[in-house]
This record gives sequence, structure tokens and C-alpha cells, in this order.
Amino acid sequence: MNTRKAGFAPRTFMLLLMVYLLLPLLATGLYAFAQDWQNTLLPRSWTLSWFSDMFRDIRFLEALWTSLYLCIISVLLSLAVMLPAVFVITVYFPRWESFMKGIVVLPYAVPGVVAAVGLIRTYSSGPFDISGTAYLLVGAYFVVILPYMYQGIRNSLLSVSAVELLNAAELLGARRRTAFVNVILPNIWPGVMVSALLSFSVLFGEFVLTNMLVGGHIQTIQVYLYQRVGESGHLASAIAISYFVFILLLSAVLMKLGMKIKGQAK
Amino acid sequence: MKQRQRGLMLALAPFVLMVLAFQVVPVFSMLSGSFRSSDEAGFTLANYRHALSSAYYMQAIKNSLLISVLSSLIGVGVGLLCAYCITRFAPAVRDRLLMLSNMTSNFAGVPLAFAYIILLGNNGVFTLLFKQWGWSVFGGFNLYSWSGLILVYVYFQIPLALLLLYPAFYGIREQWREAASLLGAGRWQFWKTVGLPVLSPAIFGTLGILFANAMGAYATAYALVGGNYNLLAVRIGSLVAGDVVTQPEMGSTLAVLLALSTLLAVFLNQRMVRRMEGFGGRIPARQERSSGRSNRRWPAVREEAGP
Repeated sequence: MNTRKAGFAPRTFMLLLMVYLLLPLLATGLYAFAQDWQNTLLPRSWTLSWFSDMFRDIRFLEALWTSLYLCIISVLLSLAVMLPAVFVITVYFPRWESFMKGIVVLPYAVPGVVAAVGLIRTYSSGPFDISGTAYLLVGAYFVVILPYMYQGIRNSLLSVSAVELLNAAELLGARRRTAFVNVILPNIWPGVMVSALLSFSVLFGEFVLTNMLVGGHIQTIQVYLYQRVGESGHLASAIAISYFVFILLLSAVLMKLGMKIKGQAK
Repeated sequence: MKQRQRGLMLALAPFVLMVLAFQVVPVFSMLSGSFRSSDEAGFTLANYRHALSSAYYMQAIKNSLLISVLSSLIGVGVGLLCAYCITRFAPAVRDRLLMLSNMTSNFAGVPLAFAYIILLGNNGVFTLLFKQWGWSVFGGFNLYSWSGLILVYVYFQIPLALLLLYPAFYGIREQWREAASLLGAGRWQFWKTVGLPVLSPAIFGTLGILFANAMGAYATAYALVGGNYNLLAVRIGSLVAGDVVTQPEMGSTLAVLLALSTLLAVFLNQRMVRRMEGFGGRIPARQERSSGRSNRRWPAVREEAGP
């Protein structure tokens, strides 16, 4: 398709779309800085007090901390489990890959609510009664980020031609574990970092599983926000907008990293 | 050789264990739960019979289907129009527009519901403004109802539709258009006889993804209407982890039904993608990375759109 200068109609439609998409964001942002906003198009006076309130709110800080450490632990666990497994499957058992694809696509096709039902049934009684604990949540998070981790690690392995690298290392006398740690890992690290960060941002925004599995016991930032929606609108919008900016920064880092990797590949 | 094998198995063991414990076993537990009744042992179809005959559950299913179909259709309609528009821009502008649209897809779930409450809720900024200006057109609008839900669902469907559809437009070659116009076809005729048929696998595939996305959406609806509006996902949530009485068997049954519908939609999408490959057109963002689940999945899609 040719890409000459866009005509009048496309410009208008895109403008309308952008207004529609950005309006809720903008309103939340304004609301977070507004002292008094009623009956006028724009707030009458501005303040930063909602943000300072936010950082003085113990429950918010606790929820933030809970979110951070749960997400980090889940991502680290996933790295520890997935790196060797995906490596072994991609390099030694490529025939299992179609089977892996089936396992990995499942968390996409099955909504979070459904996954929560199975998890609650399995772990609320019997020998493994871990309902409402962080263990259950970390396990659930592991499955949530499974697709991102698998794809990310597998693509990195393929793009650095792991099989050839490994053969070369073994030819030079390295043992397999040494080869994996000293040759393969440093090469795939940037790609793995991207999928780890992506997984982190997915988990940071996770609400369904968190609320259904541990909602009453553990408060993550999303659960906290949900509880705050009914109370002070200004404070909640300050939290919502901070959350959004944080995710935005994270995705900017992701994009930069992704571009860097692509640049190296060329 | 033997030891070599053992080392490999050792590397796989934790992975197999985690997948079994948190994915396979729960799925089977849910399936078996759906065929079991709370007061008698053994296999039974009573739950399904009950779910499909109870007016209450049927209403939840119907509401969910309706809102998913409607919001997907609107999403694909708007997405098609905007995807076409976006191909008319220079690549630099196009990428920036796509980036903005993807950025908003991070704004989903609870924060999104919250933003709409600020804008259009009972004491929302626009609600009060409209009241003051005397615009009664919006007087009948209620965010916490059917129309409000549609509005919010459409909001998170459009960026996804746009992202999945716009690459398909690059499958339509400029030469085809020239050829069609040489043969005397007008613009409208070209789109009717060449453009839309070529796009149709992408359109149906995207519909599948959006449908699954809306069926599974829980956070937005839950934060916006809570238990006040009868939707399948919210109903399942309250049956299994509700504050009142939980009915895990019934919850499992409804969850199986919900999963069947989304699996079917994703399956449709995969079929369509295979068809697209036959056309030689570019595939709308690699599907296995972006098949819809809940709106929180979208960062995966965002990565696809990177230059």
C-alpha cells in the first residue's frame, strides 16, 4: 500500500480514536492533581496533596511491597525452572515442542476465572491445603507467565543457534553444564531479561487470580486499588496514575531492550 | 549415556512438577467437579442440566454472550476503519499512533473501571457537567448497567482489534488496486470484491480473539458493577470464592462452559491464521502470543508491535 500523506478522513478518524482512548487516562491524571473539580470543564485548583497522602498511607506502601516481592519471587522461580527445562526441550527433545505449545497456549485460551476455579478446588482441602497462602498464588502466577517465559527463552535460544554453540563448546572440551552456564546463558541473557520484565509487568497488573485465590488474606496493589475505588476518588486516581506511569516506564525499558537485541542480531 | 539422560530429566523435573501441580491437576479437578453433585457420589450430569435449565444461570450466559458478541463486533468495526486509516499515514506517524493505542491497553481492569467511574459515574465529571449544561441526551445513561459495560468493554477491545487487523491491510497489494481500477472497478467495488474477501480471515480471526477476551474479562466488570449485573465470569467468581455460600461444583460447571466457549473462539482464530498464511498476506500478530484471555494479557501484544 502506498503511504503518501494521509487525507482528511483518516486524520479525523484517528484523532477521534485518540481522543476516545486517551480521555479516561487524561481524566484520571487530572483528577489526581485536582483539589476541587465539580461543574467545570477543568479543575479549579490544583494540588499535590493526594500524592503525598498516598506515600503516607501505610496500607498502600504495604500493598506495593507485597506486589513487588510476590511478582519478583514468581519471576525468579519461573526463571529457575524454565531456563533449564526449555533449554533441554529445545536442544535435546525438539520433538516435544508441539506438545509444549499445547501446554503453553492453554493459559492464553482459558480465562483467569476458570483457572482460579480449578486451583481453588484442588488446594482448598485434602493433603495440600494451601488456600489463601502466597504459595498458591506464586504457583498460579507461574502458570500465568508460562507462555511469555517459554516463548521468550525459546526464541532467544533459536536466535543464538544454541545447538551449534553447544556443539562447539563440547568440542572444545567443556562439560554440558559448564557449556550451559558459561556459553549459552550469557548469550541468551538479554532476551531472557525482556521476557522476565514482560512477565513482571503482566503479574503486576494481575487481579482476577489474586482476588479470587488470596483476596481476603494478601493485598496486592490491584486488590488495594479495588478496595479504594469506593472511597476517596482523588487518592485512588493518584494510585491509578502512578501505577500506569510505572508500567509505562517498564514497557519503555522493554522496548529499548528489545530494539537493542534486534540491533545486535543484525 | 545413562547418566546423560538422568541429568536431562533432572533439568525437566521441576518444570513438569509445576505444570502438573498448578495447571494439569486443577483442570482435571475442575472437570471432575463439574460432573459431581454436592450431595451424592459418582458421575452425574445434573450440574449441566441445572445450569442450562436455570433461568438465573442462563441469563448470566446470555448476558455474557451478548456483551461479548456486541463488543467484539463494534471493536472489529472500529478497528477495521482505524486500521485502514492508519495505513494511510507515513510509517513514523503510524508507529507513534500504534504506540499510543497500545499504551492505553495497559490501562485495563480495575484502573479502567475506575477511570470511567470518575468520568461518567454517579458523581462523574461529565455526568455533573452534562447535568449543569442541561444535556438531557445523556440523562438516561447509567454507567453501572448494560450500556456502561458495553462502553467500557469496547474501550479495551479497540486497541486489540487495531493491532491484530492493521498488518492484514499490508497483504492487499497496490497492484491489485491498480488492476481493479484498470478493469473499471470503483473504490467501493474493489473493497467489496477483492479487499474484504482477502481481509476476511483476519476479520474472523480477530473476532474470535476479541470474543474470548470479552468472555473472560472479569476485573473490569467486577470493579464496575460488582455482583449487580449477571455476567458469567462474575457469577463463577462468586460461586467459588464468594462471601456467602460457595458452590464449587456449580462454579466448576459454569467454568467448563466458559472455557469451552473461549477455546472454541481461539480455535477459530487459529484456523483463520492458517488460512491467512495460504493467502501469503502478513499474519495479524503471531496468534499464539496474543490469543485473548483477559485484558491483562495485552503487554504481549504490545511487544509484537515494536518496530
